[in-house]
Amino acid sequence: MHDVNAGRAAEAFATLTASAVLVNPVGLHARPSVKLTQSAKGFAARIEFALAADGPWTDAKSPVKVMRVKAPQGATLHFRVTGPDGEAALAAMLALVRDGFGEA
Amino acid sequence: MSSSNSANVGIVIVSHSPKIAEGAADMVRQMVGSAVPLAWTGGDVDGGLGTNVAGILEAIEAAWSPAGVAVLVDLGGAETNSEMAVEMLAEDRRVRVVVCNAPVVEGAVIAATESSGGSSLAAVKRSAEEFYA
Repeated sequence: MHDVNAGRAAEAFATLTASAVLVNPVGLHARPSVKLTQSAKGFAARIEFALAADGPWTDAKSPVKVMRVKAPQGATLHFRVTGPDGEAALAAMLALVRDGFGEA
Repeated sequence: MSSSNSANVGIVIVSHSPKIAEGAADMVRQMVGSAVPLAWTGGDVDGGLGTNVAGILEAIEAAWSPAGVAVLVDLGGAETNSEMAVEMLAEDRRVRVVVCNAPVVEGAVIAATESSGGSSLAAVKRSAEEFYA
């Protein structure tokens, strides 16, 4: 998965950051976590998020790690994205959060 | 029992209770969607609580994928019967079926989530087993 060449390729892309507030009443519980992970996995970019702008960072492609964050409603999710499709990935993440994962 | 045509890793749920197995499968379908081959089995051959090798073999067949099948089990017999079922598979299939050391409900949802993203069998197993890590 993370071979040396992929790592080198990622270094060539700027890291993009942006944040969005969790609006759905239950926060980042099981179902939204699954949706976030599934969407993240659709991109080649490395996608991480945190509850604070300086981390600690969580891999958005790991369903277990995403659920462990237990982010509540009103929390700000900071995203950090690096990769060839980074812009699209970041836009998709922000749209999901702002849309309340379709359940707000 | 249900399945879906897909190249993604298949998920098999094995519980002593058919209700738990079916309920866990419902959760997977609702939370993860239908992009993952999925099957469940539960109960002994007389319909009581337990598991049976034939039922597990059928479920593996129903959820079969060229990418392999990850089996989620609950207690004792579910694991040993699943291992027995895997041993009874043809050799080329046997190497593509793994029994995960993960909680059956949570593990099934996580494994299916991982699978729905096109992950390998090893990645699916690793992710499900992260629950106990």
